[in-house]
Amino acid sequence: MTGLVFSAFSVVSPIGAGQQETLANLRMGHSGLTAKPLIPLPIAAYSGQVDGLTDSVLPDPWSAYDCRNHRLALRALLQDDLMDAVEGAKRRYHPSRIGLFLGTSTSGILETEQAYRHRDPVTGALPKTLHYAETHNTYALGRFVREFLGLQGPSYVISTACAASAKAFASAARMIDAGVCDAALVGGVDTLCGTTLFGFHALGVIAEGPCRPFDAERNGISIGEGAGFVLLERPHGGHHDRSIRLLGVGESSDAYHMSSPHPQGEGARKAMENALHAAGLCAEEIDYINLHGTATIIGDAAEDKAVSSLFGKTVPCSSSKGFTGHTLGASGVLGVIFGALALRAQFIPGSPHTRTIDPDFVINYQRIGQTASVRHVLCNTFGFGGVNCSVILGQAGE
Amino acid sequence: MKLFIEGIGLLAPGLSGWPASQDVLAGIIPYQGTLTPLPMATLLPSNERRRAPEIVRVALAVGLEALTSSQRNPAQLPAVFASSGGEGNTIHEIMCTLADAEPALSPTHFHNSVHNVCAGYWSIATGSHQATTSVCAYDGSFAAGLLEAGAQAQISGAALLIAYDMPYPAPLGDIRSIGAPFFGIAFVLASAPSPMSVACLSMATGTETEPTLVPNPSLEVLRRHTPAARCLPLLCALAEKQPQVVVLDYLPGYSLPLEISFINSLGEK
Repeated sequence: MTGLVFSAFSVVSPIGAGQQETLANLRMGHSGLTAKPLIPLPIAAYSGQVDGLTDSVLPDPWSAYDCRNHRLALRALLQDDLMDAVEGAKRRYHPSRIGLFLGTSTSGILETEQAYRHRDPVTGALPKTLHYAETHNTYALGRFVREFLGLQGPSYVISTACAASAKAFASAARMIDAGVCDAALVGGVDTLCGTTLFGFHALGVIAEGPCRPFDAERNGISIGEGAGFVLLERPHGGHHDRSIRLLGVGESSDAYHMSSPHPQGEGARKAMENALHAAGLCAEEIDYINLHGTATIIGDAAEDKAVSSLFGKTVPCSSSKGFTGHTLGASGVLGVIFGALALRAQFIPGSPHTRTIDPDFVINYQRIGQTASVRHVLCNTFGFGGVNCSVILGQAGE
Repeated sequence: MKLFIEGIGLLAPGLSGWPASQDVLAGIIPYQGTLTPLPMATLLPSNERRRAPEIVRVALAVGLEALTSSQRNPAQLPAVFASSGGEGNTIHEIMCTLADAEPALSPTHFHNSVHNVCAGYWSIATGSHQATTSVCAYDGSFAAGLLEAGAQAQISGAALLIAYDMPYPAPLGDIRSIGAPFFGIAFVLASAPSPMSVACLSMATGTETEPTLVPNPSLEVLRRHTPAARCLPLLCALAEKQPQVVVLDYLPGYSLPLEISFINSLGEK
């Protein structure tokens, strides 16, 4: 399908800033979930927070963009030499030929949540300090990153709930294929806010304590925040044998329910089948599956059915949600980056907080991380509205 | 990139359906922005219809109109949804609820608050398992959707684009103003000509050229103040049936030029 290569990728999540710290914590099985709430819920929920965002105000001239989501975006842009790679791409291509395709679910809505608490008692007006276009609007993330990096090409934000930043890979690959751009920066950023914390609580799917993906006693999700960026280019001399390749993306819709997955995982299965087809691989060639695995009762069961029906019982699988929590709109790109790190390190991460795997489950779920031979990785992401997206990665030296 | 339009759906004040709107858009009869009630989302099963917010009624109506005139099967048509914001009324309700001391959010409000709310209901309504995506580029959201749908059509042969906007209520509506009470536009786009093709769009990459304006002052007001209505120069050109180039508003320093040509009845250019 794509033949595109990761020229650079950067990551910030509750388990660290940058690839090195992230991989170290994946290896050690250190979870980033904590009991201290950013926004208290009526239950003893855990969350995956990125430290220091509350105080790291955006410097001038970016103050209109200042919000938790863009503070995290900026921190991720500054990791892993991503900016150097983007500058290199700006020299290689015309600035109008670099696309920007980012995913988020809630953007900077936290700003508007706070503004509604400070409405004028007489007129009901919102405080003048709310910059809607620069923070809350779904495109605010794209606008900030495009201006900050000085990009001049096509840009939009994909917002398909929890599948947003996985779908961004599909959009970027299509846009390069169609000749609209020559390279693309893909990514996703999502941060904690009342809308998702109270929203998922209203649905009754937030866990007491840390989330336990694929556990017999799992009882819901822990929400996290995170950000990741990937610079995608066609292969060139700057790439090497260990460069990560985007081999294929598969998408589907459940056409079942707005917030519940299809119980048999039919849509998820279609997305994985489509990804295999796009990559020109058969199921036996996948060595690790980074699951969506949010630790809801229905969602994990549906994914177990979908994965086992296509891949059988042997391929090692794990969800990263016990490390980071469910980072919603950022979970797609984080899953892809964890998959890329698994390829780089030849290491399959485990699943902190998962103690006893549900005996009804069929797949080969990895509770403990282990060294393994990893050539191809499949990463699953599913979202509200019945959106399913699977991304397959390999390495350039194959 | 070349795209062949096979079906159009349109719904806005004074623009009810593509056939009835063409003479207005071509400047033959005057534009009157008469308000009409929103159509019911008849495609949806009744339990979902009760839960679906207003913006879904706009998106489904134009999507269905474009789909019907193209005679394509939705089960084989990936769909791209573009809007500047999500469901304004729902977002406002959630913001009000979260300002309470002990917020009690409605689960239905929460799942209706996602940017891809219309895409979710569309796939449920049509039973289509094809990919849908939902994009945003603030005021340039229509052009973003056109690029995404065009690139999708190059791979899958055809794609449906549905772009729509509705305003937020006050106080959010006071700081983010959307001019029209509702605006929805849909196109079925194919990568190759067919007997159903009505026009061909050639898309180049972006340009620094200023966007094309609409000659009719009231329609220009609509274009300027409603993101989804930034498609109006294209709609007017399609209604006039004269080959021309229009430039659509997209991003600062990056407008989207479209070369529009027409197809004779034999399906040849």
